[in-house]
Amino acid sequence: MKLIIAIIQPHKLEAVKRELEAVDVNLMTVTNVVGQGRQKGLTEIYRGAKEAGGLLNKVRLDIAVNEAFVEPTIDAVTRGAHTGSVGDGKIFVVELAECIRISSGERGGVAIG
Amino acid sequence: MHKNLSIHLAPSLLKSKNEKILKRRFTIMNSGDTAWVLTASALVLLMTMPGLAFFYGGLVRRKNVLSILMQCFIIVCIVSLQWVLFGYSLAFGPDFHGIIGTLEWAGLAGVGAAPNSNYAATIPHSVFMIFQAMFAVITPALIIGAYAERVKFPAFLLFTLLWATFVYDPLAHWVWGTGGWIKSLGGLDFAGGIVVHVSSGISALVLALLLGKRVGYNHKPIRPHNLPFTVLGAALLWFGWFGFNAGSALAADGLAANAFVTTNTATAAAGLTWALIEWWHNGTPTILGTATGAVAGLVAITPACGFVNPMNAIFIGIIVALVCYTAVAVIKGKLGYDDSLDAFGVHGVGGTVGTIATGLFAEKAVNAAGADGLLFGNLHQFGIQCLMLVVTIAFAAIMTFVIFKIVDAAIGMRVEEKNEIIGLDLTQQSEAAYTVIE
Repeated sequence: MKLIIAIIQPHKLEAVKRELEAVDVNLMTVTNVVGQGRQKGLTEIYRGAKEAGGLLNKVRLDIAVNEAFVEPTIDAVTRGAHTGSVGDGKIFVVELAECIRISSGERGGVAIG
Repeated sequence: MHKNLSIHLAPSLLKSKNEKILKRRFTIMNSGDTAWVLTASALVLLMTMPGLAFFYGGLVRRKNVLSILMQCFIIVCIVSLQWVLFGYSLAFGPDFHGIIGTLEWAGLAGVGAAPNSNYAATIPHSVFMIFQAMFAVITPALIIGAYAERVKFPAFLLFTLLWATFVYDPLAHWVWGTGGWIKSLGGLDFAGGIVVHVSSGISALVLALLLGKRVGYNHKPIRPHNLPFTVLGAALLWFGWFGFNAGSALAADGLAANAFVTTNTATAAAGLTWALIEWWHNGTPTILGTATGAVAGLVAITPACGFVNPMNAIFIGIIVALVCYTAVAVIKGKLGYDDSLDAFGVHGVGGTVGTIATGLFAEKAVNAAGADGLLFGNLHQFGIQCLMLVVTIAFAAIMTFVIFKIVDAAIGMRVEEKNEIIGLDLTQQSEAAYTVIE
C-alpha cells in the first residue's frame, strides 16, 4: 500500500479527477493549501505596503492505493495536471503502514478501495 | 417622468400678498418631492454598491471577488465625474435633432437650484441631475456580469467610459431627454427598462460572445464562492430599487406610491415563481434561484411600474420568471456562450419582457401622462414599444461591438491565460480577499 500525495494547480483539479476516474481511482481527500516552489509568488500591496513573493494557492490530493494502482495513479495525476511550466506541482509517494475502514473494521488492502 | 402640479391653484391666489411664498411652495419647489428624490438618489447608489457589487461578487470564484467589488466601486467614481463634466449635458441637455444633447450644460452650467420644468418642476434641477447620475452609474456596472473573471482592468476602465458616453448618454437622450426622438414618438419607459436594462443586457451578450469563454468553462456555471454575499446583494438591490422605480415619479405622490407597490408585487411574484419552477424542474427550490427571480422581476417591472396596476404587476412577475429561467437555465447552456453572471439572461431578457409588458398592460387610469397598452385596445402603443426595443437592441449591439474592437486594439480586453488562472485579484490589483493562512 502506498499513500500518494499530489500538490497541483487549483484549476487543474477537475482535469485530474477526470483522469483518476478513468483509471478507476475514485477515492481521495482534497485540501486547499498554500505553498511556494520554483514558481515565484506574486507581490501583494496593502495601503502602499508591499509584500513580495507571497505564497501561492495550491490543491493537495491524498490518495491511498494498493500496489497495482500506484503507477496508473501517478500517470493520471500527471496527465491531468501537466502544462509544462514551473508551478505544475509535485507528486510524493510514501509507504502506507496500515489502512482501516471505520464502518466495517476491515484492515489493509481490502479497506483501501 | 411626469408632472401633475397644482398650477391651477396659482391664478386665484395671485393677488395674495403671500403670492411669492405660495408660488414657491406650490408651483415651483416642493420640499416633500425634493426630499424624496434626494433619498431615492441615495437608494439607487446603494444598488450599485454594495448591492450589485455583492450580488455579483458572491457569484464569482474567491480569486476574483475583489475585482468585482473594485469594478463596481470605481464605476461610481468614473461615471459620477463623467456625468457632471459632460454626460448629463449629452443625455439631458438642449436637444440636437432628437439624437443627443448639446454640451451647453457641460460642467453643470446652469444646472442649479432652480427647477427645470421640462424634467421636474418641483425639485431643483441639480436634484434631477444627481438622481439621473445614479442611473448612469449602475447601467455600465450591470455589464460587469458578462465579462467577470477575465477582463483586463485598464481595458475595463476605457470600455466603461466609452460605453457611458457613446451608448448610455445618447440612449437616455432619445428616451428621456426633452426633444429625444423616442420620447417624441411616445415610447414608454418609466424607470429604465430600455435605457438601463435592455441596453446593458444586450451589450453584455455581445461582450460575452466577443470575449469568449472563461478558461475551464464547460457549458455549466462555475460554482459561486459565497452565496450569502449574493443574497445580501439581491436584497439590497430590491431595497434600492424602490428609489430607482418610485423615485422616477420625481415626486412624493400617488404615482410614486403606485410604482412602489407594483415594484414590490412583481418582484415577489417573480421570486416565488422562480422557486416553484426550480422545485418542479430540479426537485428543490434554491435561494440563488429565488434571488435571481426577484432581480428578474425588478428588471421587468422597471419600465412598467408607473403605468400598470398591481394586479397586472403579478402577471409581469410570473411571465419574466418563466422567460428568464428558460434563458438562463436552458438556452444559455445549449448555445454555450459564457455570460458569467447572467447579465444578459436577467437584464437583457428581463428588460425586453418588461418593455413589451408595458405595451400590453399600461393604462391611462394609472397614469394619465402615459398611454393605454394593447390590452386596453391600443395597438399603436404596443408597436412603439416594440420599435424602441428593436432600435435599442441594434444600437447597443453595434456600438458595443465597435467600442470592444477599439479597446481590444488599444489595450487588449482579455487578461493573459496565466493571469486568468491565478485570478484577477492578485494579477490586476495585487491583493487577495481571503487568507488561507494568517
